[in-house]
Amino acid sequence: MLTLTDTARDQEAEKPSEDAKEYLAFTLGREEYGIDILRVQEIRGYEPVTRIANAPDFIKGVVNLRGTIIPIVDMRIKLNLGEATYDQFTVVIILNIAGRVVGMVVDSVSDVTMLKPEQMRAAPEAGTAFDSDYLIGLGDLGQRMLILVDIDRLMTSAEMGLIEKLAA
Amino acid sequence: MTIDMSQFYQVFFDEADELLAEMEKLLLALDVSAPDSEDLNAIFRAAHSIKGGAATFGFADITEVTHVLESLLDRIRKGEMALTAEHVDAFLASKDVLAMLMNGHRHGEAVDHDAVLSVSKRLNALQEGGPVAAAPAAAAPRPEAEPAEKHAPMADADGNFHFRIELPAVSQKDVDALAAELGLMGALTRDALSDQRAVFNLATSESQETIVAICAFVLDPDALTITSTGPSAPAAAPDYGLYEQVQQAQPAADAAAPEPVAKAEAAAASVGETRNYGRRATDKEGGNGESSSIRVSVEKVDQLINLVGELVITQAMIDQRIGALDPLLHERLMNSANQLARNTRDLQEAVMSIRMMPMDYVFSRFPRMVRDLAGKLGKKVEFVTRGAATELDKGLIERIVDPLTHLVRNSVDHGVEMPEKRRAAGKNEAGRLILSAAHQGGNIVIEVTDDGGGLDRERILAKARQNGLPVSDTMPDADVWQLIFAPGFSTAEVVTDVSGRGVGMDVVKRNITAMGGVVDIRSVPGSGTTISISLPLTLAILDGMLIKVGEEIYILPLGYVIESLQPASVDVKEIAGQGKVVKVREEYLQLIPLWQIFAIEPKSADPSQGILVILESEGKKAALLVDSLVGQQQVVVKNLESNFRKVAGISGATILGDGGVSLILDVAALLRSSRQLNADTMCF
Repeated sequence: MLTLTDTARDQEAEKPSEDAKEYLAFTLGREEYGIDILRVQEIRGYEPVTRIANAPDFIKGVVNLRGTIIPIVDMRIKLNLGEATYDQFTVVIILNIAGRVVGMVVDSVSDVTMLKPEQMRAAPEAGTAFDSDYLIGLGDLGQRMLILVDIDRLMTSAEMGLIEKLAA
Repeated sequence: MTIDMSQFYQVFFDEADELLAEMEKLLLALDVSAPDSEDLNAIFRAAHSIKGGAATFGFADITEVTHVLESLLDRIRKGEMALTAEHVDAFLASKDVLAMLMNGHRHGEAVDHDAVLSVSKRLNALQEGGPVAAAPAAAAPRPEAEPAEKHAPMADADGNFHFRIELPAVSQKDVDALAAELGLMGALTRDALSDQRAVFNLATSESQETIVAICAFVLDPDALTITSTGPSAPAAAPDYGLYEQVQQAQPAADAAAPEPVAKAEAAAASVGETRNYGRRATDKEGGNGESSSIRVSVEKVDQLINLVGELVITQAMIDQRIGALDPLLHERLMNSANQLARNTRDLQEAVMSIRMMPMDYVFSRFPRMVRDLAGKLGKKVEFVTRGAATELDKGLIERIVDPLTHLVRNSVDHGVEMPEKRRAAGKNEAGRLILSAAHQGGNIVIEVTDDGGGLDRERILAKARQNGLPVSDTMPDADVWQLIFAPGFSTAEVVTDVSGRGVGMDVVKRNITAMGGVVDIRSVPGSGTTISISLPLTLAILDGMLIKVGEEIYILPLGYVIESLQPASVDVKEIAGQGKVVKVREEYLQLIPLWQIFAIEPKSADPSQGILVILESEGKKAALLVDSLVGQQQVVVKNLESNFRKVAGISGATILGDGGVSLILDVAALLRSSRQLNADTMCF
């Protein structure tokens, strides 16, 4: 009985968040992207990395994040967007995906926005740097347009090579 | 209200595992002719606790087996029944069955019901046969199971008996604990007497003896008054059984004993004594048991170790900054920094020690195995362990179990000879098998020693020739012994049930090497063999040599490093299509340029401008070309795979004093792949 009411309450609590979800907006080149805020652990400045030999060039290397070693990927290199420069303004979004921590270098982080279902548009087949497989849709913010990325799928994909695939 | 019990299952299983292990250890140590009553009590308590837990979680099969076990043990510890070797065997068998049942519940593993049944039968047979075999003095008390049957007529419609339990004056906490405990058995109502003593009214299907047994953990059963109430009249049968005495003659049990006691008097007196003894032991255990250890998940400990590692790095950073300050102006700051350094080091040591476990964890499983094995082979083996308190990292302890099991099994099977042969050789009939552990510097040395026939040099050489291994008759002994670690090598004339079951000595050696350890054999024909395993104390820290190539710093585990040198350019030779070799003391070694493998821009590609580090792994040597040596230090090994993936040529990573990450080279993989090393491509 206790468990039943608990579940019911949980479901109720989840409802509003299903209606509107919060996204972290960041820019890559001239495009503005959004990812689920719940996947974001923290945002940091760029620190020198330790290069991993023979890794693809978008994997910058690994850094020490309070005792754990995490890989850093540069989306600008991966997607061929913008200039891959590293200075004190370079931003790393630390993501927590499937129990793993990974850092993602982007041009800049703008804000966190709430998107309601009616603001969501279907993803275009082409026209963004991302493979449409990794897109959830577009977020219409009047003046702005957020390209919503399915960050879980992207980061765990074989293409990124961040996780060892059994079949690979 | 339903409470999800499954969350508590794990706790029960963990605890029961420990209890079973403890029980087995005590059983094996038990001297059948003169059992130590404290040990018997401890075994009884273990069985009792498992039963209690199993009943709480509704594992009826476990409860059933433990119940019979418990009542048998109870009678033995009270001296009503003499302990025989048969009992010990049956108890050991029931321990196995319990472990099996437990696994059945935990992992859904198949349960051999025939085995359960046969053990139950065996225990029951002992139970019934007990009084006959026991000393005549024990004739008076009836078998434990019977009182319950006597109670039968008193049961109400639900099959419940009704008891009124008057407690002596005890603390409220104990009363609450008892109420909770007894409440598990059935419907319980609480009352208080005029003098503040608590009274329980309990309707339960359990027998009175169970109630007494439960109460005995908290208070003195003699001070307890239990009366059967309830639907039927308290039928107080005249020859009721031992505990009835408690009911009828409470505090002054000894004085004017009513008629049923007369027969049991002698027994009762001695029983009272043992019981008291047992209770004191219980109190003692309850006292320190609760506060002396806590159960913490390994993740939490690892997290703590990580954080402390971070602290050490931060502390090193502070030290670095302070080193640049003027010592005269900042004297007090520097003193504080020194203190911080000391505290940090102590803290790190203390935290690392949490992961350390005594070798007893591994050793404790062997007495049983050796006993069974020796029995099966018809050999006599005296098993001795030494240094069971020696501590080793938990990660290593778990991985040492399999190789060690194999070595011990080997020693019993091949090392120790049959009793006749030993007698003929003028040795004691019983072979001696010693398992020892000791610290030696930063290593732990684990040795399996037998006083058997020793290794047969001729047979090993013959077998090696047969297997096509390169051997000569003039090989030193040490090299000959190492041959038994070659894959597919077994000198056993007959593959028995005991040996030759898949894991060979080659696997033992490989496992130990993978842990960074070394296996060594010493053997003297006719007087025995010692196999010695030397392991690093922990995997979490290693001694590393920091090397630099271009701007990058890598770490070489020091264990692989033989020497480093600057080669003369004449010693470096190019082999067409095979890369370069270098001549070191009349030996040509493959040259592995690290800059090429890791695509680094080196200071100089010319080997004579750099440093060669001579490495050895799995008997293979090679020279690694690096730009310069930076230094030596202990590094904390971190896993790359936890957030990334395996990287070829890299075994892990660590954090340097400046907070940066440095990668640890996988020397074994580097050397293994060095053969495939070509001028421009490198594949792992």
